[in-house]
Amino acid sequence: MAQNMTADAAHAHDEHHESPVVFGFWLYLMTDCIIFGTLFAVFAVLRDQFAGGPTGHEVFELSGVGIETAILLFSSITYGFGMIAAHENKVSTMRTWLGVTFLLGLGFLFMEIREFSHMIAEGNGPDRSAFLSAFFTLVGTHGLHVTCGLLWMAVLLFQTAGKTELNERMIGKLTCLSLFWHFLDIVWICVFTFVYLMSVI
Amino acid sequence: MADHISSSGESHGSVGSYLTGFVLAVILTVASFGLVMSHAMSPAGTGGAIALLAVVQIVVHLIYFLHMNGSSEQRWNVMAFVFTVLSVLVLVAGTMFIMHDTAINMMSR
Repeated sequence: MAQNMTADAAHAHDEHHESPVVFGFWLYLMTDCIIFGTLFAVFAVLRDQFAGGPTGHEVFELSGVGIETAILLFSSITYGFGMIAAHENKVSTMRTWLGVTFLLGLGFLFMEIREFSHMIAEGNGPDRSAFLSAFFTLVGTHGLHVTCGLLWMAVLLFQTAGKTELNERMIGKLTCLSLFWHFLDIVWICVFTFVYLMSVI
Repeated sequence: MADHISSSGESHGSVGSYLTGFVLAVILTVASFGLVMSHAMSPAGTGGAIALLAVVQIVVHLIYFLHMNGSSEQRWNVMAFVFTVLSVLVLVAGTMFIMHDTAINMMSR
């Protein structure tokens, strides 16, 4: 069994497949799933506790959420194209796609911050009701993850500046960030479905 | 599914597989928003339908963007994922059940 696993790992390494680093990062993402699962559970419990404040129907703007969703979806596919270029060792193409992804991520963050500040300015901040506390915690945590992803992307763009080819280590870093970025898009599917859409039905 | 048979690119996808995933994701997202905005179904029906669409879209993302599959090198990734999904289901369903029960017994709702 142990021998088989070692052989598998060696085989995987030879073929540029999953490295232990990528698997380790995958396990981190699974623990992140638990964090989001907990926050979704909190939101599910508190979603009707308006304390006389506004309901989701009154504070959510679906058009903005639709644009945010589109931006994240586009950024997923642009990062995917970046990864394809990375595996073909086309560094400048990869950097271009990563730059596009970065700008899309920035656009998403801009829209989210605008939505939050708009809500807070109208007196519907996280201190208004349990429903809004749960909403800001859940969506804010997702936004914080996107911010971290953008910082990470900026670091990788900096590290690959002027490079003509990518070594195994750099490919590993790019792969981890791609998992992170696609994972955030999956979390966002749950956010727009169970938080925004379910609240305005 | 052609990208799974091709000699290279199976673990990190191809332009075709990304585009397939993207088109499917767009269709599912638009269907979710459309169902809610058009009020075509009853509230309960809409809720169930968009929850189902979300689950399908998550699977689409997992296959086409995160490249999950049944191959041997993916086995531990998939096992960790299945265990996590199970944990999250217990966590969310358990929390909702307990808190709902508490609310009823405390007559706070």
